[in-house]
Amino acid sequence: MNAFLYFRPQSLDEVITLLVRYGREARLLAGGTDLLVQMRHDLIAPQVVIDLKRVAELRADVQLLDGALRIGALTVLSDLIEDARVQQYFPALVEAASVVGSVQIRNRATLSGNICNASPAADTAPALLIYDAQVNLIGPDGRRTVALRRFFLGPRKTVLQQGELVEAIDLPLPREASGAAFTRLTRRRGVDLATVNAACLARRSDGVLFAFGAVAPTPILVPVSDNRLLVTSLDAAIRRAILDEVAAHTSPISDVRASREYRLAMVKVMAKRALEVALQRLTAAEAQLSPVA
Amino acid sequence: MEKNLIPISITVNGRRVELEVQPQHTLLKVLQNQLDLIGSKECCGEGECGACTILANGRAINSCLVLAVEADGWEIVTIEGLAEDERLDPLQEAFLKAGAVQCGYCIPGMVMSAKYLLMKNPHPSEDEVRQGLAGNLCRCAGYNRIIAAVQLAASEKEAA
Ligand code: FES
Ligand code: FES
Repeated sequence: MNAFLYFRPQSLDEVITLLVRYGREARLLAGGTDLLVQMRHDLIAPQVVIDLKRVAELRADVQLLDGALRIGALTVLSDLIEDARVQQYFPALVEAASVVGSVQIRNRATLSGNICNASPAADTAPALLIYDAQVNLIGPDGRRTVALRRFFLGPRKTVLQQGELVEAIDLPLPREASGAAFTRLTRRRGVDLATVNAACLARRSDGVLFAFGAVAPTPILVPVSDNRLLVTSLDAAIRRAILDEVAAHTSPISDVRASREYRLAMVKVMAKRALEVALQRLTAAEAQLSPVA
Repeated sequence: MEKNLIPISITVNGRRVELEVQPQHTLLKVLQNQLDLIGSKECCGEGECGACTILANGRAINSCLVLAVEADGWEIVTIEGLAEDERLDPLQEAFLKAGAVQCGYCIPGMVMSAKYLLMKNPHPSEDEVRQGLAGNLCRCAGYNRIIAAVQLAASEKEAA
């Protein structure tokens, strides 16, 4: 690893000043599980590393706000997974975060870091997309909020401007019964990057949302307006036709993990599996909400 | 920038130490080179194999993916910190009893991951053990006995 200057600022003001001063030479350090790997392979060689873990304003927990859960910039995946409210309202996110790396990685890796890294295959991204996650940014010009579906611009590219960083991620609480699920395909069980990953959210009012990773330059959200997908007994041929249309939104490439053709085929399989579980959970959620006769 | 040394203070296996470290050195390197704690191993150096697993503030982490400067103020337990005086930790005993050690390279990391698992979940199922050790690779592929060792340690704890 190349030498660099290490800063450990105490306030957001200091972070932003450093980011503005050093620009592209600076990298932010939270959990470090992606940053250090990239530095080690000399994929990047920042002159300056800014450690965020002592910044007083940045939180490492999950807060219940009016109508949303707020995940602090420093909240690690292990703590996210174990939070009872996240489990209750956002089960697909828990499923997705649980397969990121290993125990050791999840004890260090932050949700915000996973998003800022902007890997097309990030497992948490599809789950955050179906839940309409909102990313709170802060920078030299103040604060702004960007929907996650507008946050990714390309592999390792985000809307973050010079001097900006993520302060927290908000998850709007569901307002009606819903069912959600996350699935993924890997080459081996255990710790591996996803070949394809998918999340699905089913609600009676606005139908079904799919999100996929590793099949386009960024994680993508695909809403389905055809409400027939909500019908569990839907004719298999009709469902297949709808899922074919869903898969047409993806644009996978061939790489070491899989070919383009295989990914295209697997998008449909992952979508179908996620949909099945989401519908089961929707039915279960509705049964819980309906009055006992 | 070459001799840019940063003072840190960490507690390692119950002993407080003050050090000066270079920012680009990982905690693993510093444990090995500056503190002579060579039990934790570097194998992949990128968070894949778990040979470098230690406990930091009570949590299992990969010490190859932490800068030593980040660890300022932390409480660290390495494999060297498990045995008390000459008495091995029951988990280490179980690894011996189960014949879980082949070349031994992965074992310090395996034991530390298992230690963390049993702290969080004293009676894991086989599947939970496999999940808990998913971040630890064994080049000798002695997984079954390693898993048996962890279950043995858990059951002995129950009996005790
Ligand atoms: S050496 Fe740290 S995980 Fe492999
Ligand atoms: S015993 Fe040889 S690597 Fe595990």
